[in-house]
This record gives sequence, structure tokens and C-alpha cells, in this order.
Amino acid sequence: MTAVELAGITKRFPGVVANHDIHLTVRKGTVHALVGENGAGKSTLMKILYGMQKPDEGTIAIHGEQVSFSSPADAIARGIGMVHQHFMLADNLTVLENVVLGSEKLYGIGAKARRRIKEISDRYGLDVRPDVLVEELGVAARQRVEILKVLYRGATTLILDEPTAVLVPQEVDALFDNLRELKSEGLSVIFISHKLGEVLSVADDITVIRRGTTVGTAVPAETTPRQLAELMVGSELPTPETAESTVTDRPVLTVDKLRLTAPGGKALLDDITFTIHAGEVLGIAGVEGNGQTELVDALIGLRHADSGTIRLVDEEITAWPTRRRREQGIGYIPEDRHRHGLLLEAPLWENRILGHVTERPNAKGVWLDPKAAQEDTRRIVQAYDVRTPGIDVTAASLSGGNQQKLIVGREMSHKPRFLIAAHPTRGVDVGAQAAIWDHIREARREGLAVLLISADLDELIGLSDTLRVIYDGRLVADADPATITPEELGTAMTGAASGHLEHEETPETPADASTSPESPEDEAR
Amino acid sequence: MKKFDKERVLLAVAGPVIALAVAFVLSAIVLIASGKNPVEPFALMFEQAGFSDIQVLIINQASMYYIAALAVAIGFRMNLFNIGVDGQYQLGAFMAAVVGAHADLPAALQIPLLLLTAVFTGAFWAGVAGVLKVTRGVSEVVATIMLNAIATSLIVYMWKPDVFGVKIGNNNTTGEMHESGWVPGIDMGAAGEVYGLVILAVLLGIGYWVVLNRTRFGFDLRASGASESAASASGVDPKRMVLTAMLLSGAIAGLAGLPILLGDSHTYNLNFPTGIGFLGIGIALLGRNSPVGIAFAALLWAWLDKASPELDFHGYDKEIAVIMQGLIVLSVVVSYEAVREWGLRRQQRRVGAELAAGHVLGADNNTTKEVAGR
Repeated sequence: MTAVELAGITKRFPGVVANHDIHLTVRKGTVHALVGENGAGKSTLMKILYGMQKPDEGTIAIHGEQVSFSSPADAIARGIGMVHQHFMLADNLTVLENVVLGSEKLYGIGAKARRRIKEISDRYGLDVRPDVLVEELGVAARQRVEILKVLYRGATTLILDEPTAVLVPQEVDALFDNLRELKSEGLSVIFISHKLGEVLSVADDITVIRRGTTVGTAVPAETTPRQLAELMVGSELPTPETAESTVTDRPVLTVDKLRLTAPGGKALLDDITFTIHAGEVLGIAGVEGNGQTELVDALIGLRHADSGTIRLVDEEITAWPTRRRREQGIGYIPEDRHRHGLLLEAPLWENRILGHVTERPNAKGVWLDPKAAQEDTRRIVQAYDVRTPGIDVTAASLSGGNQQKLIVGREMSHKPRFLIAAHPTRGVDVGAQAAIWDHIREARREGLAVLLISADLDELIGLSDTLRVIYDGRLVADADPATITPEELGTAMTGAASGHLEHEETPETPADASTSPESPEDEAR
Repeated sequence: MKKFDKERVLLAVAGPVIALAVAFVLSAIVLIASGKNPVEPFALMFEQAGFSDIQVLIINQASMYYIAALAVAIGFRMNLFNIGVDGQYQLGAFMAAVVGAHADLPAALQIPLLLLTAVFTGAFWAGVAGVLKVTRGVSEVVATIMLNAIATSLIVYMWKPDVFGVKIGNNNTTGEMHESGWVPGIDMGAAGEVYGLVILAVLLGIGYWVVLNRTRFGFDLRASGASESAASASGVDPKRMVLTAMLLSGAIAGLAGLPILLGDSHTYNLNFPTGIGFLGIGIALLGRNSPVGIAFAALLWAWLDKASPELDFHGYDKEIAVIMQGLIVLSVVVSYEAVREWGLRRQQRRVGAELAAGHVLGADNNTTKEVAGR
């Protein structure tokens, strides 16, 4: 029984083919993974299936019946639901309100709707509480609300667009349990991803898409990540491992007893102390929301420490405003590039100026130098392989990976002494990921100090020279990236271990010793 | 890349053209609904635009609209809505009139003094809203609306004979300004005189463009408008930027009444034009905050104002022009947003298309590649 069958789908945009002769068959009651690099044509294909665009050729069949969608409403009516990568929830409304919003006709907005939500939540193990405000929910819970929203509208086929990009390993496992629950109830899931390990662990079938066309299918049981990646990019899979250590003994960034409190007095960061040397990558592992964002904000100057000091080489910069920090050599690859790294509707060359408006080649004195900035943008575009037809196009028209390469190129162009790299390869395809790693590694060889924050534990372990674990605003543990495994790190991230993490040795006496004075305090908060 | 340039021009023009077309059609419908000929009023108004005396009136009026709209546009460029331009320019003109009536310096000093008086008064009045916003988080929309009301009352108070006022018949005035503060007009013969300060409007327009597009400050301001979060991360101090933008907006607003004050009325009296600040909002919108666009929009508005009285002589209500202005503002808001979204989507598609077709920057123009950078 097929839930969805796409046959011979071709979509042309003026002068070009975005999708070409695509075949995709999703069996009912399975998780079907669609993998491919960014820009391979996954999103176009999903937009076609979700009714946002019409194919020029080819047919769509849902449960064996040929259909033609002219809007997402048609697709929803046929039981197709989409969970977008960027959540579309109103923070200041409750879960119930978010779910019924736009579908008030289904079960009303009151008790009946609440009952229905509970019912769906229980049936698929989503653990969604209808009356909580969305702003109080974590990322994983929000995602479950999104899934529930789609189910509430009667979806039998769910499209999940890179659902694991924002989750930590434990949350990913929980999500996969939910997906298994869904498929055991006879629903079908189309799972878009480029995290191959996850794809292999959850999918029943895999379709690989490259350059706009389906290049093959795979059965997870008989495929290794490497084979899949090669199918996907047509080349070798990059690895983040760095060969020899380039760590020196010259401290570049010294943070001492940094403390940051929320308006209510709760400590967001407490007693943060670390040193990053020239040529060193310090990786911070942690479940999202444990103070990483605040730490980055404090380092770049978006928030100012309540106590403690930050030193850059031999200057104390604790009180410096953001601009001065950036001028003095702090590079910043933000966690959320759309909010903090780019002006989406501005051309690329203006984005090249952003953050470095006072520096050459962007400015001479108080005057901008658009010519030089444009010239330099062209250089970045080429040196960092930003795929764009020109530098006058808006940043919004580039794919995520290319936007990120532009940001990396921009930050590296000002020869930073210290680089904050928050999730530098999030939502970036394999090719761009390798390029970004290379750039970080190369700069590191030249003496750059890097603070790396990432949810991708392989990336953290592979790139870092030193690892620290952040939990509830404190650096609770450290580990040697040469020996630690992602699983061990994952455990420490939940706050279950502290002190120095040793490979294959469950943290015993020394760890316990350092845990005990801390834990009551943690409970208290 | 030329293609994208053409694209930008197309997008820039599409919005206003669509909006104007829609507004014309809707106005015609209003005329039909009231049983009138839907075409003749426009024909009459177009005819008016051909007369040189009307042209002078249009240019004079447009100069004030232009300055007011620039003041609004500065705010718009960083997502600040300065509704207080009206109060700021009235107070600015009032204070300039008062100073002009009491100080008597040589013209070379007197005129700059009056301009600065207006600039500082306007900036001060807008600055109140700016300070409230950055220190107390008061919405600038609310604060400036209130300040408009306060400005009106303040002017009524200052008109009292025992403050700055001089009663001339039934009219409240600030007394005649000394002649050294009069700005001579540009003589157009029988058509009348163009205000000398029309030049000031042009200079302000050029200055606006230069500051926004060619200075670091302008970049920061535009960045703040485009994305507050990205601007802060780039090193812009958001509070300082809000305050600076408010002060600048108010400073320009303060000048909006001066072309007529220094060029014609030479006193601030009951007949002094009011409401220019509000019209400036619509004009800035229609002009897409661009100095050239605003110039066209200001001329259009002034034309509707100055050509419409003729309608009364032909059995039409001149208010049709006001209806039209309203319809333009409405359709502008809708059509710009539609065109903007359409343009973004279109560009995304085209970039995708170009990339897939292999038109990657640097793939075929290797000549410019290596020179930059080091």
C-alpha cells in the first residue's frame, strides 16, 4: 500500500530545471527518508507535494489516487502535513491556542479541542500539555506541538523538514520513538535530513536526491553512512578530525568567574572560568538552553556580565561595547544567522559590511566605501565558494549553507584573534560543512583561538582541542576529545556527570566529590 | 548582474505604479457612484498642471511636503514611526518666527540663526519622545502623538500677547519678522515666486541620500531598521541609534515650515499651514523612503492640493483630491508589501535558476578574482 507516489516530477524555473524526473514512493506506515545536500532540490520537491508549487510534469498520487494540489489547503485536505524546520508557533499563546489557530472549525476552540489534543497526544506518546504557554516550552516540546498541530488537522502523511537540526541526541531518540509510534499507527512520515546516521537509524526506506533528481534508493540495513554520503555528494565524506595539535601557551581569551543573572536574579551563567590559547579550539557541549546563548552574548557584548572579567590577550574587555570588541578582533559566527548574522533583504555586499562597518575595506573614516566592499565581497564569494550569481542578490535568496559560508568568509576576512563559532555548520550541507571546518582549522593553525558551540557532537569532538560541558549555566565537566565518545558526552550534558570525564570509566569518586556540593544548589534553583 | 539591477528598478517602480493606478480607478468608481463623470475631474486637474502659476504653487507646497516626508522617512528607515513631525515643524516654525521677530542680525547670520532655531526646536521636541523610548520604553508613536497635542496647546499659549504673541486684527501672530531673515524667492515673472528655501529641500534630499547610503552611520541606521537583532550583534547600540534617529528626524521636521515662513508669510499666524507632518507620512510611504521617490510623491500631493480647487468651478467637489490621497496611501501600503514579497520570492527563484544553470559568480569572470582582499 503506498501512501504517496511521486512519478516523473519535473519542475522548471525560467531557464533551469529544479526537479527532474523525480520518483518517490512512500509506503504506508513507514518512515521514508529523503536525503540530499542543501540545494539538491529537496525543498522544491516538498513544496510540490505540499501544494505550494505545481509541477510542470509528472503525477502525484495519494493512497493510489491521482491528485493535483493548487494550495497547501488542498494538500492538508488530502492528509499531507508539514512540520517546518523553523517552528511556526506564537510564543505568547498556549499550546491549545496554537493548535486550534486556523482550524477552529474542526473541534472548536474549547473543551472539545482540548480533549482531541489530549487524545492525539496520548495516542502517539507526544506528551503535550494543552494549557502551557509555548514560550515556556523547550525546542523539543515545541517540535512535538508542531507535529500535534499537523495531526490535529488530520494528516496521515507527515513531512518533517530537518527535524533533528535543533535537537540533542537524547531528544533525537525521543523524537524517533514518536515517529515509530506514528508509523505503528499506520501513518507515514517523510523525513528530510542530511544527518546520515539518524537517517539510517530511523528510516525504513531512503531516497537520495542530488542535483534535482533522484539518484538512488537505499535500504538502511544494508547501507553504511559512508556509502550513503557518497551517493549524496558524489564524493568522499568529510570528517571533522584535526590532525596535530596547534595549541600554544599564549592565552587569547581569559574568562574569569563570569556571572550573568536574569532580571529575576536567577543565575544564567555562574562561575564561568576558562582560557582559550592561540591555536586552540575550545568546544562547549551542552543541551540547548543551558547558558550557551548567554555565554556567547556575554562574550560578544550583547549582554554585560554582572560580575567576573573577560580578557582579550592582555586587555580587559568586560566593559567594552560590541563594536569595540569586534574591531579589536573578535569574530562572530552567530547561532541564528537570520537574526544575528544577516540582513536578509539586503544585497550580499551590504551583508559583507555588517558587523565590520568601521573597518577596512568597508569604510574610510566615517564614509562607506561601497566599491571596495563590493570588490571584497567578490573575493569572499570566490574564496569561500559562496554559490551565487552575483553580489547584488539579497542574502535571503541564498541557501542556508551559502549564507553561512558568506558569514564565515566575512568574519575570517578581518583576521580575528578570537572566533565565536556558535553552531557553525547547523543546517549546512555536507560540502559546505567540510569547507567551514577547513577554514576554522586553517585559521587555528595560524593562531586563532576558537570557542566552538555545537549540538553536533561529532563536530565538537572532531574539531575541539579541549571540551567543556555546560549545564545549568555552569561549566560542570571537561573531557579530552581524543578519547571521549559522543555517548559519554551526551550523558554528561544531561548533568549526570561532572568533573573530568574519562573514557569508559563511569565517573566515580572524584566526580562524585565535585558533584555533591553542587547538586543541592542546583535543586534549589 | 545587470539583470538584477533592472530587476530592482522594476520592483521599485512597480509598487507606486500599481498603487496609483488602483487609486485612480477607485476614485473614478467613487465619482461614478456619486453620479459624476469619472474622467473629467482628472482631465481638469491635469490641465491645471500645465499653468505656470499653478506650477509655482505646486513646487512651493511640495518643498514643505518634501522636508516633512524626509523627516518621517528617516524614522521609517529604522522602524521608528515619528507621527510627531506635525508638532515638531509647527513648534520649529513658531520659534523661528519668534526669534526672527526679536533678533536682528545681518542676513548672513540671521538666516542660519533661524534655521538652527527651527532645527533645535524640532530636534528637542522629537528628542523628548526619543528619551522616553530609550529610558522608559514608551512607544514613540504614543509619545509623539501626545507631543503633537502639547505642541498645539503650547503654541496657543505662546500666542498670548503677554508671551510672544502680537494681535493683528482677529489674527494671532508672532509679529512681523525682521527683513534680514527673509529669504528672497526665485522670480518666475507673472507666475509668481518660488520660495528660496526650495533649495534647502533639495539639499536636504541630497544630504539624506548621502548620509544613509554613504556613511557608516547611515549603514548602522539602515541595519537597525532592517533587523534590530542583527544590528545589535553587528555593534550598533540600539538605544543610541533610536535617540539619534529621533533627533535627526525632529531636526529635519523643524525645517518643514520654513520655506513659507521665511519666503512668504514672515510671521507665524492662524493661517500658517498645519497638518503637513501628517501628509508627510503618506508621502514618505508613497516615496518608499527614497529621496527621489519622495520628491515625486511630494509633487503629486501638491498637485492634487493645488489643482483641485479648480474642480469647484466645474460642479465637482474638490474633496475628490483628498479622497484620492487617502486611496493612494491605502493602496500603497498593500501594493508595496505585495510587490516586496513577490520580488523576494522571484529573486529566490531566479537565483536558484541561475545557480542550477551554472551561472556562478567567478565561474566565467576570473579576471576580477585575485586582485581584491590582501
